[in-house]
Order: sequence, then structure tokens, then C-alpha cells
Amino acid sequence: MPRNRTARTAVLGVSVRRPAAGQLPTRSSTALRRRAVVGGLVVLALVLMTISFRDPSGGPAGAIQDAGIAVLNPFEVAGSRVARPFRDAYGWFDSVFHARRDAGRLRKENEMLRQRLIQNDAAANELKQVKALLKFKEGPSFPKDYVGLTASVIGRPSGAFAQSVVVSVGSCDGVEKQAPVVTAQGLVGLVTRTTCRASRVTLLTDESSAVSALDVKTDAAGTILHAGGAGTTLSLAFVAKEDKVELGDTIVTAGWRTKTLASLYPKGIAIGKVTSVNQSDTDLYKQVQIEPFADFTSIDAVIVLVRKQAKQ
Amino acid sequence: MIDGIKIAGLVFVAAIVQVSMLGPHASIFGGTADVLLVTIVCVALLRGSISGAMAGFAGGLLVDIATLGTLGVTALLLTVAGYWAGRYGETTGRDRVHAMPLAVAVITILIAFGGLGVYYMLGDTVPAHRALITPLLPAIPLNLLVAWPLMKLCRLLLRPPGGIDRVREVEVAS
Repeated sequence: MPRNRTARTAVLGVSVRRPAAGQLPTRSSTALRRRAVVGGLVVLALVLMTISFRDPSGGPAGAIQDAGIAVLNPFEVAGSRVARPFRDAYGWFDSVFHARRDAGRLRKENEMLRQRLIQNDAAANELKQVKALLKFKEGPSFPKDYVGLTASVIGRPSGAFAQSVVVSVGSCDGVEKQAPVVTAQGLVGLVTRTTCRASRVTLLTDESSAVSALDVKTDAAGTILHAGGAGTTLSLAFVAKEDKVELGDTIVTAGWRTKTLASLYPKGIAIGKVTSVNQSDTDLYKQVQIEPFADFTSIDAVIVLVRKQAKQ
Repeated sequence: MIDGIKIAGLVFVAAIVQVSMLGPHASIFGGTADVLLVTIVCVALLRGSISGAMAGFAGGLLVDIATLGTLGVTALLLTVAGYWAGRYGETTGRDRVHAMPLAVAVITILIAFGGLGVYYMLGDTVPAHRALITPLLPAIPLNLLVAWPLMKLCRLLLRPPGGIDRVREVEVAS
């Protein structure tokens, strides 16, 4: 077989010679270029990940994100506004579908709440007098000591990994890291990252979220965690077996305070309603499931609570 | 150059739609269509692995910035997805009718597993059921559903002046 000819070309009787050593064929150079580009991009992504993971708020990654979000913010707001009519239309049809069932339920609830309001007014007056007599000193309470900043949701990471939303207010509006976030229905989460014009809110359904909470009726205390699974159901963990928790009880933030430490959430923000209570001999604590008042799947606007002191 | 600008515009719009219009509230049976991922797969199938990887990186970075997440996570996943789709388009999937739906379905599954791995390494643990089964089962048909119109749109936008719409590189297995 002559030099520079492959076995295959020899068999086929093709007279085309292989390129001489040292000259890179086009296919190889393209493959090299392709691998170099992909390799470079993967390395760049890994470097960004490392920098961002080490220092999420500050540093070069934080600066890139601050600048990027400033540019993207108008587009995100515009996108959110374009999508709103469609979401509203879907919501309208959905509510019409459930209107009859909801009307009956709400009528009953209204009667019950009217009775409870009268009882609560009387109790509140009594409490005020008792506090005055005891010179009772309170921690910051909701909503008296907080200013609510209304913000629209402009970004929603998809997938189960990041249970968070991006809202349209940031540090330039007075939002601080770890500010509680609520909707008209109840607690939603906590601000975990701020830029000048946007903030990231980690929802209660995130695996990393934990809120000290208590049963309004019985004062049974525990910690609100995500219940696991795919839904938005929460659980009230670490409730002592001797504590009393009943179906339908309302769970609110505990807002505890010691000399040096305080809960991130003010006392009395509604979280949800107890939907199941279990207790087994082998478990150390009760198993309490909570249906949150806030609908985490359709959050369009939120209220970020900023302490009056901080705002001033 | 013009092709690059068109791809950049397409990826930018897809990323903004994904972040601000779609999301948990737009979920059907617990899953959401990933418009950005499908767009990147379409771009990669039409324009090859380098364009796919670059579009994936740019789109992922936009999502990471817009959602204030850890920079580079989505970029890494979508770079690999774009590259793989591009290579598939350049080699096995070339001129095959089922190339697009197959690539979309397989990459949707691989991205879910890849995401679980990357987030696990970053310490964000999520139950596998919540991360994989519940969102993945409806996500595959939803992605396939949006893939056809998106592929047509990409073909329309990225059509070369001569009208020939094929990947430029073919690697013959030796």
C-alpha cells in the first residue's frame, strides 16, 4: 500500500491521498474550535457559580447581578404586565366556576366571624387596660410598627429548586435583607437578597425556610417548615405531645424575643389553618399539617414589611 | 453576524417570557413549559452545537441574573443542553423528522436530573419526588407542545437568504 493511503481507500481503489502530517484537516479544526468554545463556556459558568456561591450579595458576582437586574427590570415589569390580563382572565373563569360553593362557605364563615369580632373587641379592651396596669413592654408588633411596601412580582424561577420570587422593590426603596413579606391572605416569606430596584423573596415552601409559629387558640408553639412533597402544604414541626392543637386552628407567627435575639417575623401574622393532627407513640413530637392562607402558586403582588425605625 | 443578533434577540425574549410570564402560577398539573429550553434546543438543531452552547449560556445567565439566583447554575445546564442538541442535530438527528421532539423530550429529562445534581452540590436539597416526578411528567408534553410553534418561528427567523436550512457541519463516523 502506498504511503499516506488508508486501508479503506486502498480496498476501494480510491487514489485520494491522506493529507500530509502537520496539516490539520478542516473537520478536526472545527471540532477543536467547538470543544474549545464549549469547554470555555462550561469553565466560565463554573467560575461564576463559585464566585456567586461564595459571596452572593457582594463581590463581582453581586455587581454583575446588580447591573444586570437594573437593565432587565423594565423588561421583566413589561412582561409581567403583558401576562397579567391573561392571568386575571384565568382567575376570573376559575372563580366563576367555584363561586356557588364559595358563597355558601363564606356566608357561614361571615356569621361566625361577626360573633368572634364582638368577643375580640371586648377582649382587646380588657387587654389594653391590663397592659396599662402592668406597664407591659412590647416588642415590635404587626402591623403597628411596620410600613408596608407594595410590590409586584416580576420574576419567578421555574422548577422546584428555587421556591422564590423576585419583587419590584429593593434597597433603594428601604427594603432590608430578612424583611418579612406578606400578602392580604398571610405570610409569604422573607427577603433573602436585595439590589437597588429588586429583591428576592424566599417563600415558605422553600426547604430552607423556617418560621417560629404558634396556635392562636391554644398557644402551642412550633416551627413552620415545608411538609415535603410537591404541594404547598406546610407542617408545624416540634410541637410537644402534651400541647393541644385542633383541626381548623389558625397558626400565626410567634414573634419571640430574648435579650439578644429576636424572631425575624413580627408576632401575629397569619400563616395558615391546621388540616391534620397526628401523634404516634414512637415520635417525639406531634405531626401537624398546615394549609397556608397565601396561595403560593399565584402570587402577583406582595407587601414587604419594613420596620418604621429602619425606614426613618 | 445577523444570525447572531437574531439568535440573541430570540433567546432574550424567551428568557424574559420564561422569568416574568411563566412560572408556578402558569403550571398545568404541577408542571410548566420551559420556553427558554425549547428555544435553545431549536436554535441548536438549526444552527449547530457552538450556536446552541452560546445561546444556552447567554439564556441561562439572563435567567440567573433576572431571578437573583446563583450565577452560572442555569447557564451551565443550558450550555450543556444547547451543545448536546447541536451535536445531535449535526450528526444523528440530521434530516430526521423526530429529531426535534426527541431532543426536546430527552433534554427536558436530562436537565431535571442535571439540575438536581448541581443544586445538590450547592447544598439546596429538594426531595426527588418534588424536583423530578411531579414537574417532569407534565413538563415533557408541555415542552413538546410549545416546541412545534417555536421551531417554526426559529426556522422563519434563522432562515438563510438562500433558503437552504441545514446545519453546516457534518461529521462522518470513521
